[in-house]
Amino acid sequence: MNALHLKKGSSRKSAYNLRSTLGDAIETHTLAILVDNEVGVLARVIGLFSGRGYNIESLTVAETNHTEGLSRITVVTTGTPSIIEQIKSQLGRLVPVHDVHDLTVEGPSVERELAMIKVVGKGDNRVEALRTSEVFRANVVDSTLESFVFELTGTPEKIDAFVELMRPLGLIDVARTGVAAISRGG
Amino acid sequence: MAQQMTGAKMVIQALLDQGVDTVFGYPGGAVLPIYDEIFKEKKIRHILVRHEQGATHAAEGYARSTGKPGVVLVTSGPGATNAVTGMTDALLDSVPLVVLTGQVPTFMIGSDAFQEADTVGITRPCTKHNWLVKDTNELSDILHQAFHIATNGRPGPVLIDIPKDVQFASGDYTKKDDARLHHYAPAKVGDEAAITALVELMETAQKPVFYTGGGVINSGVEACETLRALVRETNFPITSTLMGLGSYPASGEHWIGMLGMHGTYEANLTMHDCDLMINIGARFDDRITGVIDKFSPNSEKVHIDIDPSSINKVIHVDVPILGDVGTVLEQAITIWRARGSRTNATAVKTWWDQINKWRAVKCLSYEQSDKIIKPQYALERLEALTKDHPNRFITTEVGQHQMWAAQYLGFEDPKRWMTSGGLGTMGYGLPASVGVQVAHPDGLVINVAGEASWLMNMQEMGTCTQYNLPTKQFILNNERLGMVRQWQELLHGERYSQSWSEALPDFVKLAEAFGGKGIQVSDPADLDEAIMEMITYDGPVIFDCLVEKHENCLPMIPSGKAHNQMILSSSSTKDAIDADGAVMV
Repeated sequence: MNALHLKKGSSRKSAYNLRSTLGDAIETHTLAILVDNEVGVLARVIGLFSGRGYNIESLTVAETNHTEGLSRITVVTTGTPSIIEQIKSQLGRLVPVHDVHDLTVEGPSVERELAMIKVVGKGDNRVEALRTSEVFRANVVDSTLESFVFELTGTPEKIDAFVELMRPLGLIDVARTGVAAISRGG
Repeated sequence: MAQQMTGAKMVIQALLDQGVDTVFGYPGGAVLPIYDEIFKEKKIRHILVRHEQGATHAAEGYARSTGKPGVVLVTSGPGATNAVTGMTDALLDSVPLVVLTGQVPTFMIGSDAFQEADTVGITRPCTKHNWLVKDTNELSDILHQAFHIATNGRPGPVLIDIPKDVQFASGDYTKKDDARLHHYAPAKVGDEAAITALVELMETAQKPVFYTGGGVINSGVEACETLRALVRETNFPITSTLMGLGSYPASGEHWIGMLGMHGTYEANLTMHDCDLMINIGARFDDRITGVIDKFSPNSEKVHIDIDPSSINKVIHVDVPILGDVGTVLEQAITIWRARGSRTNATAVKTWWDQINKWRAVKCLSYEQSDKIIKPQYALERLEALTKDHPNRFITTEVGQHQMWAAQYLGFEDPKRWMTSGGLGTMGYGLPASVGVQVAHPDGLVINVAGEASWLMNMQEMGTCTQYNLPTKQFILNNERLGMVRQWQELLHGERYSQSWSEALPDFVKLAEAFGGKGIQVSDPADLDEAIMEMITYDGPVIFDCLVEKHENCLPMIPSGKAHNQMILSSSSTKDAIDADGAVMV
């Protein structure tokens, strides 16, 4: 029976936007969680993931609506389709959570991450590092005679690729922000 | 102009505004200002328990027997940590509790002060929501929010941690109607299209069953009435989880008994073989489903629940309906009647013929003895001698006696059965009976207990005596941790590791020491008279019923098996559980 042809909505308000939950392939999803910016709210969200055995691949959080005091938490998580649905409804149950958006299924979205990459070297390595950074459109935000700090924005895959190229050229440290994501269009 | 008052007074004012008349608690340094207000106001009845865990279970008993939230007041540090078990119990069984804890003053938080604990940190996973209040101006608003959140949507425990300086300081009191109730407003009305899909299935189903849970009782008396009408008019069989007993009367002709691990043969086979399963306010708990892959393989499944996270959590359902059980049932019955109140009556009649064959197995029969009291017999006699009491309430501890009570006692109405289902908390029953008796002074409140569970919170006998609460502690004493022993018999080669009760107290003397009455009985011939003596005694009683020591609680779905692989009698228990089943709890 397939009696339900119901309008899809965000999972917090409706149990009906269930995709097929019968698959068991592991998927990666990016969730945008809108929460009251109150004490302990991040602990609630993280505690839910650890307490119920869900994965967090990446996590970013900052207040995005100062007048209403709302923060946006962006979580990249992995799991089977049924686990992903369960994560969304468990998040939706938390009292300070206003809305949960699964950017991976709710239409096209853009994801970006910022990284700062420190490379130490002399001679050819240094020249090659700088040349590669130009190809990736990274900015030099600090430089000494023997080091660069590159600032790079892009998808996590782009940052991974850049980091791998820097490794033989004297990479010594990487700081990454985690993924911020937003849906495309109006 | 908002009214100014101290934080401590705000607590009392908010409780009064919320209609609270009773608080279960235990004082300590960090809540003294609130206790001072209780002393001065004299409008709130405070029940002094003997241990903070007792306060939480008493509040649960109060809440589950009245439908109102239970209120707990305890101090910081150990007061709060002792309350953790009760809050976790309330979370798993969806019981509305408002727990107020004292905290060290704000300027000392984080300094490892005396009786300081990170209460909101510790209780975050075991409450529906919690707050640490750092400003007296916020306190009354949060108190009102707490009641709103505890009682709306799927009910549950909430906690407010109030530092001592916040209790002393003065601030603006926010009235109940002015409180910010957030965006927290779970939808009650179910989706019409989904409910119509349910009705269509009801019209054609050949082998339907209603599978109901605690959500029906939480939804209210009207929900139970609608359910009863729906069962009567459709002629469908109905079973219930442990938590839902009483939503449909046990004497009703459509009742096929409790389902699950220790449910009846007919209920479990009906679930296994049905073609339409209508889950109303239950959550496919592992005690119900048994092994998931073999759970009711050929049915369309409908699930009505107010909590979206319960839907498709364990079992994939075909028709999910999100909403309040009572409201959705009302919508469903309206649509079904409007479409002509149709069912596949012929097929349902054939279905009943099959169910009646399963019923004829008489799965609850047991071997009677005239020398020793069988626990089942004790409960059958308790049922016979108390079922006509107009105001009977049953609480239980956890273990074999709990399952026997569910099997052999009948519940005609909701809110008469208080047991720890989800968490399985030994030590729940005695304090819960305290809370029930406080709420129903004229009720006959019986705690069906095992001796081992009962000892876990036996200090609450003192509370019974102090407040003249005539609870009846009906202890089925087998000198064993009966359920643990049963599992060791079935799973661990009868190696009874640590599962017996040695050095038990003399329960008769213990009752007398607490200021109550003690009765011991060991001969089946004396049982009726002893039970009558217990019922008629005006005061708390400890009833020490010495029963068969190695009786197994049957029928049983062994772990790792399906509903149609039940063990029915003791003769069939050998090698009942294989290695895959043995890892399950």
